[in-house]
Amino acid sequence: MPNLRFTEKALSEWMRGTANDSDIVISSRVRIARNLQHLPFPLLATRQQSEEVLSRLAPVPEKQNMKSIGTFYAIKLDDIEPLDKKVLVEKHLISPSLASESQNGAVLISEDESVSIMINEEDHLRIQCLYPGFQVREAWEKATSIDDLFEAEVDYAFDDKRGYLTSCPTNVGTGLRASVMMHLPALVMTQQINRILSAVSQVGLTVRGIYGEGSEAIGNLFQISNQITLGQTENEIIDNLHSVVLQIIEHEKNARTRLMNDSRLRITDRIKRSYGILSFAEVLDSKEAGQRLSDVRLGIDLGIVQGPSIPVMNELNVMTQPGFLQKKYGHDMNSEERDIYRARLIRETLAKA
Amino acid sequence: MLCQECGKRPATLHFTKIVNGEKNEFHICETCAREKGEMLPGTSGGFSIHSLLSGLLDFETAGKGAASSVKAPQSQRCEECGMTYSQFSKIGRFGCSSCYKYFGDRLDPLFKRVHGNTVHVGKVPKRSGGRIQLKRRIDDLKLELQQRIQQEEFEEAAQLRDQIRNLEKEMAGQ
Repeated sequence: MPNLRFTEKALSEWMRGTANDSDIVISSRVRIARNLQHLPFPLLATRQQSEEVLSRLAPVPEKQNMKSIGTFYAIKLDDIEPLDKKVLVEKHLISPSLASESQNGAVLISEDESVSIMINEEDHLRIQCLYPGFQVREAWEKATSIDDLFEAEVDYAFDDKRGYLTSCPTNVGTGLRASVMMHLPALVMTQQINRILSAVSQVGLTVRGIYGEGSEAIGNLFQISNQITLGQTENEIIDNLHSVVLQIIEHEKNARTRLMNDSRLRITDRIKRSYGILSFAEVLDSKEAGQRLSDVRLGIDLGIVQGPSIPVMNELNVMTQPGFLQKKYGHDMNSEERDIYRARLIRETLAKA
Repeated sequence: MLCQECGKRPATLHFTKIVNGEKNEFHICETCAREKGEMLPGTSGGFSIHSLLSGLLDFETAGKGAASSVKAPQSQRCEECGMTYSQFSKIGRFGCSSCYKYFGDRLDPLFKRVHGNTVHVGKVPKRSGGRIQLKRRIDDLKLELQQRIQQEEFEEAAQLRDQIRNLEKEMAGQ
């Protein structure tokens, strides 16, 4: 059962690394969508056709000797428990749609979990690379090199005019979605966030909650990604995202400085209260946990909270999700039970930190 | 940004609706989007990017009306996978890569709206890419040729024509 390694620990190996601006940009991700020629998209594929897609794509890491990128483990979604699927989603290793509605869906995950290659998702192939901190260029470099390895083995659906053809018209062209996860508590507290986010949407970028389309921004975490995939080169897309994110980092830093200058006592009080609640509470719903964890993370960044490290906070963000909680304690829970176990897990983790 | 309907939840759906030249921006949360299903074309039950897209597509056909006669309509149906254009406009997703070919230029307004562009300029596959790059060069030269002819620079034009011929031969040989 190779999948166990991926669902037992909350923190992916790649998340232990640190990088520039990793206090504000938590992680960078690049995903490219590709399809094979002459086979219908997964939406219309018969079981036999999706099986063919799987059998053509799954052996590629082996054939192309992708060892230099990492050892890959293949997981067929049909072979694993619903709870394990949930945990893989919570760790961003697979998408919710691969977990719930794929036919012959599979994922190839690298040992350190920084690369995950989804097969038979909305498109035949989706290559995803994750990096800690603000490293969206690095993520693109890796993703495009993996793309080349696949292209050496299989014929992609590509059109001179439209580029890489995808099932959804929002991905056509480059098939590239680059995104960064940002922690922006000071911009939220100073109520500048709406202004900034609406400005972002005017330059071809979009903001989402941490679990993608339609999800809520929990714990002041925002996912910013490109919306346009057609008519811009990959480098233009990455550069555009890069420069906008740089500006948001600058705004967040300024807001933090201003907060500390103008209302140091109130901010320190708020952060320490949250640290106290996380350390001692018996019941915590996910929304409160998200908010308190965000406060403590800010406290660590500002040097107000000593003890827990940023990787511990990253770990807690995943560990306190419903799927992981149930996986960790080994049984199904209703939401009240989860709130109790969530509080316990946070208490115990912070006590050790 | 908070939802403009309930003012409580953050707005996760942002879109602009233009009806008869009147522009309206919407910033709403998913819950309100679902409740307000009727204000968004093409929504029923779950709300997704696909239903939003299909809204755009429906609007396109509805907006055209009888007055604007479309030139010879392109194929309504993808010969490869059988998906019809109206199915595509409901689902918001293509059935196979040939749909792009069969629906052809009809897709331009959609791409224009989603991406602001209709033509790919990014990465090309390495193996089949040589041909595409050659084609991109030939297209560029043809454009230049037109300009030369218009400016009555026939000598340069003749050179370009030869160059294009050579490249086209090369491409045919591949």
